[in-house]
Amino acid sequence: MSVRALPPLGPTRRLKLPRQAERTLRNGLTVIVVRRPAVPLVELRLWMPFVRAHLARGHLLAQTMLSGTETMSSVQIAAELQRIGGGLSAGLDPDRLMLSGTSLATGLDRLLEILAEVLTGASYPAEWVDIERDRLVDGIQVARSQPAHLARTALLRRIYGRHPYAVQTPEPEQVRAVRPGALRTLHAQRVRPAGAVLVLVGDVRPERALDAAEKALDGWDGDGYPAELPPAPPLVPGPLQLFDRPGSVQSSLRLALPAVPRTHPDHAALQLANLVFGGYFSSRWVENIREDKGYTYGPHSLVEHSVAGSLLVASAEVATEVTAPALLETSYELGRLATVPPTSEELEQARQYALGTLQLGVSTQTGLASLVSAYAGNGLRLDFLAEHAARLARASAEDVAEAAARYLAPTRAVTVVLGDAERIASSLSTLSPVETAPVPS
Amino acid sequence: MPTRRARIPATRYPVERFTLDNGLRVVLTPDRSAPVIGVAVVYDVGIRSEPEGRTGFAHLFEHLMFQGSENLEKLAHFRHVQGAGGTFNGSTHLDYTDYYETLPSNALERALFLEADRMRGPRLTEENLRNQVDVVKEEIRVNVLNRPYGGFPWLTLPPVMFDTFPNAHDGYGSFDDLESATVDDAADFFRRYYASGNAVLAVSGDLDVAEAARLIERHFGDVPARPAPDRPDFAEPELTAERRSSYTDQLAPLPAVASAWRVPDPIDDFTAYLPYVVLAEVLTDGDASRLVGRLVHTDRAVTSVGGYLGFMGDPFDVRDPTALLLQAHLPPGGDVDKVLRTVDEELDRLATDGLTDGELARTQARMATHLLRDTDAVLGRALRMAVLEQQRTDPGLLGELPRLVGEVTDDQVRAAATTLRSERRASVEVIPGGAR
Repeated sequence: MSVRALPPLGPTRRLKLPRQAERTLRNGLTVIVVRRPAVPLVELRLWMPFVRAHLARGHLLAQTMLSGTETMSSVQIAAELQRIGGGLSAGLDPDRLMLSGTSLATGLDRLLEILAEVLTGASYPAEWVDIERDRLVDGIQVARSQPAHLARTALLRRIYGRHPYAVQTPEPEQVRAVRPGALRTLHAQRVRPAGAVLVLVGDVRPERALDAAEKALDGWDGDGYPAELPPAPPLVPGPLQLFDRPGSVQSSLRLALPAVPRTHPDHAALQLANLVFGGYFSSRWVENIREDKGYTYGPHSLVEHSVAGSLLVASAEVATEVTAPALLETSYELGRLATVPPTSEELEQARQYALGTLQLGVSTQTGLASLVSAYAGNGLRLDFLAEHAARLARASAEDVAEAAARYLAPTRAVTVVLGDAERIASSLSTLSPVETAPVPS
Repeated sequence: MPTRRARIPATRYPVERFTLDNGLRVVLTPDRSAPVIGVAVVYDVGIRSEPEGRTGFAHLFEHLMFQGSENLEKLAHFRHVQGAGGTFNGSTHLDYTDYYETLPSNALERALFLEADRMRGPRLTEENLRNQVDVVKEEIRVNVLNRPYGGFPWLTLPPVMFDTFPNAHDGYGSFDDLESATVDDAADFFRRYYASGNAVLAVSGDLDVAEAARLIERHFGDVPARPAPDRPDFAEPELTAERRSSYTDQLAPLPAVASAWRVPDPIDDFTAYLPYVVLAEVLTDGDASRLVGRLVHTDRAVTSVGGYLGFMGDPFDVRDPTALLLQAHLPPGGDVDKVLRTVDEELDRLATDGLTDGELARTQARMATHLLRDTDAVLGRALRMAVLEQQRTDPGLLGELPRLVGEVTDDQVRAAATTLRSERRASVEVIPGGAR
């Protein structure tokens, strides 16, 4: 049988950014519109700075923001959105409150009107707050039965200490104590146009969509709220923290490593180093602990960016009986990359992946909307994507080796493990000092 | 407020279809708006076709299709796709198994080469089989065994509703069955089901039709011709009496329930089937829908309720028998019987009084948005068209769906609701064992 050769790639397509327009309204709201007309829809993202807000109130505010206004009930809001093929939802993290939505492109004006109605008139009706409060508490209880949530909670607490990022899910008792009046106050203080960014992406004409946004949102008023996050604290390595989950058939491994923001000169090289380590399927870590040893299904490592700092997090759910061996291989792969430069083949493969997935990311309305919004929330514009691509293309083998040594060294890792302590504690303690901690409630 | 009806936009994706001499069916749908492509190969075999004693085998075999092939070592497939700037995956469904990549369009020929190579034959070795049995067991632990509500209801409701092995069994598989799988089983499965005549290739995005057709002939033209096997009939009689079952989930903190009713044949009787797809949305899409209004907000009997077609949420890529499903999560101490009674009441009310002014139109507009959104990514288009070609020889249906959904009438939705009687219902209840 003759061996068939892999066909070469065609010429690389240049990254082409879609047409866009931007305007800052009198009230301080920035509006960015990006045209992608492939399907007759429009995506909406409204990023509102929301740092240092009361946690339980913030979460209940997000849950009840669409529950009614002076002139519209919750059901009317939902029905009016459906009528234009649309929907809106609110979500919260320690950086921002985000309203996300979509509609048929022909419904854009109406979508913006409803958005404005909610922003300027959300009334937090007592009866609905009551219902949503119970639903939020139930949701927190369900989240706490999920190992991924528990492991994340433990990791954040370990890393961030007293920083506002340390606790991101409120206690049920705190949620139960929130009254509608507190939500109205929080809304009046914090749901403000100054510093907020509205992103619209889709089958729209940018200038016309800017006009529509200006018309609809001109009456949304109020100064920004003076709140700032302290910078995230540096990682402080220490004993492995083991959180007991009796009877768990898998252990959740989480390793946090230092990282830098998108604009930092090391960022592109760090991203490539992370890919070579565990940031995509064809990485050393995945090929080792999944494709060679079968310890796990979906290990992955990711550089996460927040306003107050960036972090590299490696995550794997591994069979209980191989918890320590999986951690050993993880440290080994980190250490190997930090001390032995990647081959040029590995680097080029990671580079192509990083560049290609940029193209894929901006080839859909939802991908563009998420990216433009995340960029804008961190003070960047879509043009930065081209700059980032250029940095990825430029990063040399030395740059990547240096970044690996600086950021991926296993001695810098903060490690938490959630699993059946009785079955894994003693073998883990052969690899690292272990500190057993109660499962975060 | 007067009823304004949003005009549902028409989308007409260009479609080219042809069949190679070896029986491989091909669908091309060009769209040059971004320099990316989607490539999907779909084989007409899924969970329902796996043999007794081999539960989970269709999915395990899907993993083996990534373990090297005629000209490719283990790991090569992943590296070649990702090294070209693309992403890949595969998934196993009740009636089909798909394999796909999305990449910058300069990698079109490479993707075709990779898919053709494994269509000629994967490298089936004992070592790879054992490795992937381990990986699949970890997948099952992550998604089912180590989390609350694992497999609810897609794995736990079919055995209540159905009596025959193909429809009722656990598609993820038992650990015993997975561990008993052999390389010979895999070779047989490949020979029988992974035939050129049993597959569809779809390519979407930034391509030139003539050039793509030439490359497809170059890479797939000499895949040995093998015919599609006879597809067995998986039909089962309708339920004539209500079925109820329950189980304790040791990790779940709160109760939950799911119910299913059989629906018309999605392929042979699409006109009768489509109103059920709309009905599920009328019942559960958002705060203005009937069951969310009644159960979540008025009665506070559930914390969430959802409705959809097909056990895997697959309204347009499943064959008969299939079902309309409703699932609800309840607050602490919630009363499942009461929830089911309320659902009956609401279905009766819909069947008796019909829909309110504008209720259907707004639901249809929202469904159009969902359908369009799914096809914005070129890969979504390739995957859906491949399955529509395989099951209906009509990939162009994808562009027609928003309009067809929009043509469903009040009377049809009402008639569909009339058939969701408690005696035709199968339900499964999750009893929380993990309350703290």
